[in-house]
Amino acid sequence: MAGELVLLDFWPSPFGMRSRIALAEKGIPYEYREEDLRNKSDLLLQMNPVHKKIPVLIHNGKPVCESVIQVQYIDEVWHDKAPLIPSDPYQRAVARFWVDFIDKKIYELGSKIWKTKGEEQANAKKEFIECLKLLEGELGDKTYFGGESLGYVDVALVPFYSWFYAYEKCGDFSIEAECPKMIAWVKRCMQKESVAKSLPDQEKVYEFILQLKKIFGIE
Amino acid sequence: MADEDVVLLDFWPSPFGMRVRIALAEKEIKYEYKEEDLRNKSDLLLKMNPIHKKIPVLIHNGKPVCESLVQVQYIDEIWPHKSPLLPTDPYQRAIARFWGDFVDKKIYGLESRKVWSTKGEEQEAAKKEFIECLKLLEGELGNKAYFGGENLGYVDVVLVPFYSWFYAYEKCGNFSIETECPKLIAWAKRCMEKDSVSKSLPDQDKIYDFALHVKKVFGIE
Repeated sequence: MAGELVLLDFWPSPFGMRSRIALAEKGIPYEYREEDLRNKSDLLLQMNPVHKKIPVLIHNGKPVCESVIQVQYIDEVWHDKAPLIPSDPYQRAVARFWVDFIDKKIYELGSKIWKTKGEEQANAKKEFIECLKLLEGELGDKTYFGGESLGYVDVALVPFYSWFYAYEKCGDFSIEAECPKMIAWVKRCMQKESVAKSLPDQEKVYEFILQLKKIFGIE
Repeated sequence: MADEDVVLLDFWPSPFGMRVRIALAEKEIKYEYKEEDLRNKSDLLLKMNPIHKKIPVLIHNGKPVCESLVQVQYIDEIWPHKSPLLPTDPYQRAIARFWGDFVDKKIYGLESRKVWSTKGEEQEAAKKEFIECLKLLEGELGNKAYFGGENLGYVDVVLVPFYSWFYAYEKCGNFSIETECPKLIAWAKRCMEKDSVSKSLPDQDKIYDFALHVKKVFGIE
């Protein structure tokens, strides 16, 4: 069943991290290939001609694109180990709703925090914190969004933790001060190898952001 | 499992609501349709979708399911025996989900709305990209009767509601979608032969009137 698995990825991508975590949770070996996004490989362009983006999961030569689709695919193909998506249809719908929420809000707001200044940045910070608080509400008293073990929402959200330090430095605020429950959840996730080994160091991500800001001429 | 309380909070021109109407009709599920006035949202809507406050909201036995793609998958999983929408094979499911995501990003993204809400160069650029996206979908359809093969599938349900908006796009954008994408229009007409689709989509003229009204309200030329 394992067959040949390749992940075309880019080390700071939270989307790529999702697939890394899912594969690690299931204990599935794969070949990781780092893409240079300024010089995309022929393989990437061939495997994702529509969007030309990473991550791309290639299973026995067939591409699966879009991180949430990859995580669901991984969960369905390797369903016996570490199930990520709930078996109950209603709980599945709830999990999918929150993953959709994360996709609509967290990345875009986080990007505004490091790309902008002044009022635009202030609004982005405010809304970002509001979104994290909504997620804290959904987490409630559970250990993970998935309950006793990592689930779909955990996998979709925790990669953004590697960007929190960059957001905090650029936005001059503390996420932990505003959302302690969220940070506590993150730290629990980071105790798992599948997560710790899939997320790059926060300082490295911050340096990467500073480099991007320089390239794009952002103050 | 079959007979339960199903309510759909919706707004008649919404392509997202239409997806859910089609899915429920394909599965022959009886439900209560409640029209929302989006300028005066009901307490029920605000209670059932406090995060986004948007329609459609599917309420099944009192529990809300929000976001149309999530709703279509939920409907397919709760009532699996009639008209399955998603394939059983995990790889085929991944492909179907990919194209469903593509439709959401590109056919109803901010860029494609510019086809009817802008003018001049901005509109021309939006029209060009819109047609390119429809052509990609034609490529995915290939020679199949439907994206789902011999029967309506997930991608058909996700995409066909936009057919009700094509006339509005064409009038506002002054172009013919059929000329550019005849295969796609042929597919849409095949879908419209099904009751589940034709009874779920409003009349194209009504949508055009609605689009004109929205443009007036928002002061768009």
